[in-house]
Amino acid sequence: MLIYLTRRLGLALVTCAAISVLTFVIIRLPPGDFVDAYIANLASSGSVVTAEQAQSMRHEYGLDRPAVVQYALWMQRVLRGDFGISMMWRRPVTEVIGDRLWLTMVVSFAALFLTWFIALPIGIYSAVRQYSIGDYVATMLGFIGLAIPNFLLALILMYAGFRYFGLSVGGLFSAEYLQAPWSWGRVWDLLTHIPLPACVLALAGTAHQIRIMRANLLDELRKPYVVTARAKGLTERHVVLKYPVRAALNPFASSIAYLFPYLVSGSIIVSLVLGLPTVGPLLLQALVAQDMFLAGTIVLLLGVMTVIGTLVSDLLLMWIEPRIRLQGRA
Amino acid sequence: MTVATADDRFGQATQLQLTWWRFRRHKLAVISLFVVALFYLIAIFADLLAFSDPHATDARRSYIPPQGIHWFDDGEFRPFVYGLKGVRDPKTFKIAYAPDLTRKLPVTFFAHGYSYNLLWLIPTDRHLLGVEGGQPVDGIFLLGTDQLGRDLYSRLIVATRISLSIGLAGVSLSLLLGVLLGGISGLYGGIVDTLIQRVIEVLRSIPTIPLWMGLAAALPNTWSVTQIYFAITIIISLVGWTELARVVRGRFLALREEDFVIAAELAGAGQLRIIFRHMLPSFASHVIAAVSLALPAMIVSETSLSYLGLGLRAPAISWGILLQDTQNVQVLAGAPWLLAAAVPVILVILAFNFLGDGLRDAADPYG
Repeated sequence: MLIYLTRRLGLALVTCAAISVLTFVIIRLPPGDFVDAYIANLASSGSVVTAEQAQSMRHEYGLDRPAVVQYALWMQRVLRGDFGISMMWRRPVTEVIGDRLWLTMVVSFAALFLTWFIALPIGIYSAVRQYSIGDYVATMLGFIGLAIPNFLLALILMYAGFRYFGLSVGGLFSAEYLQAPWSWGRVWDLLTHIPLPACVLALAGTAHQIRIMRANLLDELRKPYVVTARAKGLTERHVVLKYPVRAALNPFASSIAYLFPYLVSGSIIVSLVLGLPTVGPLLLQALVAQDMFLAGTIVLLLGVMTVIGTLVSDLLLMWIEPRIRLQGRA
Repeated sequence: MTVATADDRFGQATQLQLTWWRFRRHKLAVISLFVVALFYLIAIFADLLAFSDPHATDARRSYIPPQGIHWFDDGEFRPFVYGLKGVRDPKTFKIAYAPDLTRKLPVTFFAHGYSYNLLWLIPTDRHLLGVEGGQPVDGIFLLGTDQLGRDLYSRLIVATRISLSIGLAGVSLSLLLGVLLGGISGLYGGIVDTLIQRVIEVLRSIPTIPLWMGLAAALPNTWSVTQIYFAITIIISLVGWTELARVVRGRFLALREEDFVIAAELAGAGQLRIIFRHMLPSFASHVIAAVSLALPAMIVSETSLSYLGLGLRAPAISWGILLQDTQNVQVLAGAPWLLAAAVPVILVILAFNFLGDGLRDAADPYG
């Protein structure tokens, strides 16, 4: 148990470190450095920066040192919560991001729960009644969910909403709550807006989870112990739910570690289509404008939040699934 | 002469036959096989099937709604389309082009059109269907046109080429990485295995789209279409290999303990011989199934990136680039036919998924 916990935490830390390195690479990838971009930005608004000033700025930010040192300096600042200034908005990056990061997580978690809620019963049904009409319909629907990239689904919904109902389906808040400070009313407003993006996001994941559950359960159902249970005269319900489903649940449950990053990833592009106030649209703007501190911070925070989210759901699973605790593996 | 019973038939069948029999049971997978083959044929003969130059812009043709081909004229088989005529809007004074019901343009088979190389070899200007004569503005607009007056059908057909090939290229690269690293991982085990498995776990716990967006946005603007194409292929296969590696490693681990492998070892077969002669044939089918499931993911990745404007860039034509036009809901409301680009994406992904599913079920025909 303790071994599992330490192992899991260690892995999360390593993942975060890997994400930070990747983020740093992304920040440094575009030609020129932060100071070049800053000077170009100032020049476009009329001010001039001398070569000396530029040099001192480079020195101040450590841009004249080797990449490893720069990474260390950057990490130092990041760990203190200083993510730098957004070139595009001329405000600290943390201020620009604001609530958007949390909203991204809220939408992703909502989609996660929805996925589970739908996939589990359908997966079981599909396996128990393999090649039945119901199985075909469920598989078919699942596959269609899998086949329509979620941004296309969002697009089609947007179009349908606009064309047939004359309303915009996007957004996470009604107009009156858009800029309002947090209140119970705003939370409720958020809750009423979440189902649509959550459904759009969950559809593809659901299809995948149904397939995992179906495949695992089919493997289990073929095993001799099921025949034994049936031969002993247990009711069909008992035969299926008591043993094979439990056994099949393990791989299904552990796939959560891959499902959550997938949902966060999907939420970025769905947000862009549906105009959700998550980090998605901000990330695209920042990347197009080469506002690398903002873009880098979003990628970093998103990655770290995903790792934490996955960790939390893993710990929850451990609590539900005793075998993970005993086997010491996810 | 003995009469072959059903049992004999199964007993004597080769593994390939058994796999094929199992595969045939999955009807949707069989249909999907044909659909996929059809799409690749379209990609190969794209220029032949296109009606007009997918790059040719013509402001007068802007946003022309889809027009069908009329196959019968007065009860006789004489395919034609209507010509276009400009009508000046009395309020805005803008000229809008609409079908001119008085002018019938005959549609001919193997008509002359823009020049291209058939199968990249034979220079020709023949197209399966086309309109000859008429005014420059006339043409077949099966799926309408976009803002710049380019025929959407022709663009869709030509886009098939890039969208499908980038999937193949990405999967090939992923397969190479996956088989290599997964194989090493499964074969040697120990510290190498642990290391590779941790790398895979880390890679899989990072949300991919933001990562891809960051990497893709960093590609220099000055790069040519081909360079961007290969860069995008590498970017999308960077993450895609993990699943393939997992499958390969799992198979290696499972087969290492099998009796026939131990028997081969005891008989003194070399390691390479064991891998390629004994192990590979028994897990090739699993890898093929994993590949056909990885392909649609690659296609979606490219489509998503291009849709965001971070993937391939015009003048390249891919499904994602065609979908870029649908980003604005106002435009979409005025020209809903632009959504047609979503149809092949959905069809191909659906077909590959069914195919992969059927192959996976068939991969282990003894179960």
